[in-house]
Amino acid sequence: MTYFLQQLLNAMQLGSIYALIALGYTMVYGILTMINFAHGDLFMVGAFLCFIAATFLKLPFVPTLLLSMAGVALLGVAIERVAYKPLRQAPRVSAVITALGVGLFLENFTLVFSPYPQHVPALIANRTWTIGGVSISSLQIIIILLSIALMIILDLVVRRTMVGMAMRAISWDKSIVPLMGVPLDLIISITFAIGTSLGAAAGTMYSLAFPVIDPYMGILVGWKAFISAVVGGIGNIRGAMIGGFILGGVEIMVAAFMPSTYRDFVAFGLLLILLIFRPYGILGKPRPQKV
Amino acid sequence: MPTQKPPQSNAQTPRQEGKWERWRQRWDRIASNRRILPVLLAAGFVLSILIPRFNLVNPYIQLILMYVGINIILCTSLNLINGYMGEFSVGHAGFMAVGAYVSAVLTTMFIPTALNPWLFPLIVVVAGLATGLVGLVVAIPSFKTRGAYLAIVTLAFNMIVKSVIENIEAIGGPRGIPGIEKLTTLPWTFFWTVLAIWVIRNFVYSNFGRGVLSIREDEIASDLMSVNTRQAKLLAFTISSFFAGIAGALFAHLLQFISPRVFDIIKSTDVLIMVYLGGIGSITGSILGATIFTVLLEVLRPLGVWRMVLMPLVLVLLMLFRPRGIMGLREFRWLIPHYQLLAAHLWRKKKEATDAPAAS
Repeated sequence: MTYFLQQLLNAMQLGSIYALIALGYTMVYGILTMINFAHGDLFMVGAFLCFIAATFLKLPFVPTLLLSMAGVALLGVAIERVAYKPLRQAPRVSAVITALGVGLFLENFTLVFSPYPQHVPALIANRTWTIGGVSISSLQIIIILLSIALMIILDLVVRRTMVGMAMRAISWDKSIVPLMGVPLDLIISITFAIGTSLGAAAGTMYSLAFPVIDPYMGILVGWKAFISAVVGGIGNIRGAMIGGFILGGVEIMVAAFMPSTYRDFVAFGLLLILLIFRPYGILGKPRPQKV
Repeated sequence: MPTQKPPQSNAQTPRQEGKWERWRQRWDRIASNRRILPVLLAAGFVLSILIPRFNLVNPYIQLILMYVGINIILCTSLNLINGYMGEFSVGHAGFMAVGAYVSAVLTTMFIPTALNPWLFPLIVVVAGLATGLVGLVVAIPSFKTRGAYLAIVTLAFNMIVKSVIENIEAIGGPRGIPGIEKLTTLPWTFFWTVLAIWVIRNFVYSNFGRGVLSIREDEIASDLMSVNTRQAKLLAFTISSFFAGIAGALFAHLLQFISPRVFDIIKSTDVLIMVYLGGIGSITGSILGATIFTVLLEVLRPLGVWRMVLMPLVLVLLMLFRPRGIMGLREFRWLIPHYQLLAAHLWRKKKEATDAPAAS
């Protein structure tokens, strides 16, 4: 039982990181109906900014996190303006391939400057408490609480503020809403800034939890976060959070109770079975199709 | 320029003496003469036998030529699903892995070495058939799911294939299969490439191919027009994975070493990039995309690490200026059936005739 609880804690830690990245995918999909495949690499850039801030600037945890989030948000907005905005009228797949290209560019550009895996210094004093046989580290608490706090803030922003209302309106109808005086470009930029900065927060926390980072770390984590966004129902913000925790939970539990090499096989098999029963994800609704 | 213009429809422009115009006319004459095609194919086949026999070009270029062929097979077969059917399949390397492993297991473990060169074509076909069967399994979820959901079905398929291979100790597990005999030769690569292009081109312009195209435009509408969408999807996935398996088999016997890591999601992304670089829904585009991608990567090799920085930039710039890829939806004239060219020609003549009084 304690073993299960211990693994549940690990699952929460991994799941909250997946959920934060999945939010970026789902927000961009909701507003532009395009899959931003560069998002996993923005997560990697977030981790590298954290490494730079912690190693060269010797900043403590909170400024590092803020710096990484702000830097990646700027990068995300710039990418949207330069690479995706000209393609808004083009077929959707062109934008997706552009996103793949941007992602490859970010990976290899980082690789030029950091050919070897880097080690991120520990920014948080490592303390461990044992409660009923379950050991909890300070890092785990910070990761889980901080991600949940970020998710609650995001949910409030999307549901309670004018900006959030504008986002929901644009995802509802992109051609009518700008006529009502909603600044389309600004709202899309804000969406990109929020989504990518959440990815950067995930990158920072990931690099503290698993301190060896390399330029290709974003690929697998990014694809997995994309899967959790789809499992939750892509375009649905609460769905992405649930999907992230489900994927993290399944991965950790499979590795805990079965040979760990079966992890991908069982985890993705389960996800496929889930998609058979809920073809539009857990919270997603099928869009009415017209002929 | 290869366009869909029928022969002789080149309007006589006043500036005929321009050098560019002369070249254009010359090209037009070549492009509209279909009888050159079999001659060119025969010449290419003879050349593909002569080149390795007499070492006409150095082995490095021969190797690149073979990779170009394999990539053309991969790219054309993925184009059938992503371009003609309009789905977004991101797990093509998974199919390739099945073909590569089936063929490599056959040649290294079951068939005596002496027989390998003679049985190699058969082995490639067996690998293709096995992959086609796997493709059938992936086609079934595509009945219900579309778009991003089908994308993760194929993505998960790719990861599951990789994970299953890693867990089977008998075929090397994560270490892969080393020491595969080098059986892929230039003539065979040429033959399979031409066969793949020929089969897929004929499929696309057949009745089934029209069904596949109608799924891209509107699935519900085509269903209502009594197109058997399930059959079309099954056929498209099976043919596509069959050729992916063949490409995998050729790839394994060219690289001489395969491991699950070769066939991960990055390989799938490469094929995707080739397809969209060339242009979706165009076989000429696939041929061009695969050739340009493969050759450009080799040409840029002196740049070292910067090559991989430059390549995505080229891709992004190309997408910004030509969002539909190099060829868009257009097709080279030789690949379009003759009756269709004729129909387009007649239509244009009729339109010119009806437009003329209105313009004057």
